[in-house]
Amino acid sequence: MALQSLDITRRSATTTPSPSVRQTMEVAKLIDVTKCIGCKACQVACMEWNDTRDAVGTNHGVYDNPVDLTENSWTVMRYAEVETERGLEWLIRKDGCMHCADPGCLKACPAPGAVVQFSNGIVDFHEENCIGCGYCIAGCPFNIPRLSKKDSKVYKCTLCSDRVAVGLEPACVKTCPTGAIVFGSREDMIRHAEERIVDLKSRGFAKAGLYDPQGVGGTHVMYVLHHADRPEMYCGLPKDPTIGPAVDLWKGAAKPLASLGLALIGLGALAHYVTKGPNEVSEEIEKEVDK
Amino acid sequence: MKTDPDKLPRFTAPERLNHWLVAVLFFLLALSGLVFFHPFFYPLNQLFGGGTWARILHPFFGVLMIFLFGGMFLRFRKLSVMTPADREWLKHARELASGDTRNLPEAGKLNGGQKLMFWSLVTCMVLLVVSGLIIWRAYLSFLFPVTLVRVGAVVHAAAGVIMVALILGHIYLAIWTKESIGAMLYGKVRRAWAKHHHPAWYREITGGDK
Repeated sequence: MALQSLDITRRSATTTPSPSVRQTMEVAKLIDVTKCIGCKACQVACMEWNDTRDAVGTNHGVYDNPVDLTENSWTVMRYAEVETERGLEWLIRKDGCMHCADPGCLKACPAPGAVVQFSNGIVDFHEENCIGCGYCIAGCPFNIPRLSKKDSKVYKCTLCSDRVAVGLEPACVKTCPTGAIVFGSREDMIRHAEERIVDLKSRGFAKAGLYDPQGVGGTHVMYVLHHADRPEMYCGLPKDPTIGPAVDLWKGAAKPLASLGLALIGLGALAHYVTKGPNEVSEEIEKEVDK
Repeated sequence: MKTDPDKLPRFTAPERLNHWLVAVLFFLLALSGLVFFHPFFYPLNQLFGGGTWARILHPFFGVLMIFLFGGMFLRFRKLSVMTPADREWLKHARELASGDTRNLPEAGKLNGGQKLMFWSLVTCMVLLVVSGLIIWRAYLSFLFPVTLVRVGAVVHAAAGVIMVALILGHIYLAIWTKESIGAMLYGKVRRAWAKHHHPAWYREITGGDK
């Protein structure tokens, strides 16, 4: 949910331009997993700011709590214990919406205005327009949107669009005690990441790098990874996420063309009827049977 | 309705009732399905009480369709078995469309085109039901991997369009072939109609060779 906005780049299921006179700076959140200590303060801050409360869960024998994203938990820390050439490593990743430049959720959504993308890059759900079909879940390459059992609407990280709109940083960024999460212009965040990567390489992480997958046009939530060559190690972060050919086919040019095809069937039928006339019983058979 | 002892019985009352229930349900499904097909059709959701209601109702209409179309399938599957004569009939369908019936082989109770329509509809319906269950987010989608759900969405949309196209054709052919709508509404046809459109069937039920 967000403020009435004049800087909408894209709106789901909308074929005409959205209000977009105002151009805002492209922003990004950079998550440096190498600085993360797994304290979950970001999870708490997220719930605090957004006023969501998840059900109290149970211990699953791992640090992950809750175990997965839910309609109330828009971000969760995921902990992976991985054997690498450096020995046992504990890789912790803050999971949540990546705010793709080319958002699969927005593309898949059939409800006008239920998903919007602002010119600052934030992809937001407007739940009052959501019809609960879950197409966004099928469209998302990162498995992020969650359908609420309570109201059959989908929820996910808003990148604190309400805070960002008034010049504040997202709640998770504000609270992070180690500075692992930073926020600013996308350009600055990429520059900052580059500095971090140089530092990590000097410390022996030869494959350190930025996770900004180009298959979805880049993202507005990026990671600094110590093993950027193997993102899957971080609890299944996809190596080369894309919206996928099925979604492109489903939401591309095929449907307008098919609609045109249906209209042509109607026109063709009319033309046939008018030019060829109806298919009636012939006079000779009428006479023959009447006898 | 006039009773005419000379008329020939073509469709029984249960067949007709089944057909029209399927027809009504088809319109409910097509109109509510188009809501999700393209933004252009989204306003159709108002016929069902809004987008959320269209989303809720569409799959339940579909479940009902499984039973009603299943009934049509059981009633007409034997009648719709394709014979070599039907294939020959289909080769002359273009001539028939131009009003030329000179070389048209004699059709039985159903002609080759009607049989082809039947099997096309059955194929689309199977695809729609299977893919529809896979993309039913409220109850079933969580059982399937996301790739399958994506493919299901494409198959559902494609089969849906083909289904609508087939039914548009079916409706037009019924309008074009005079008195055939009456046959499905009231169950009986004039002898001349039967002889003209379905000569082999006419001979079979009148027992004569005239």
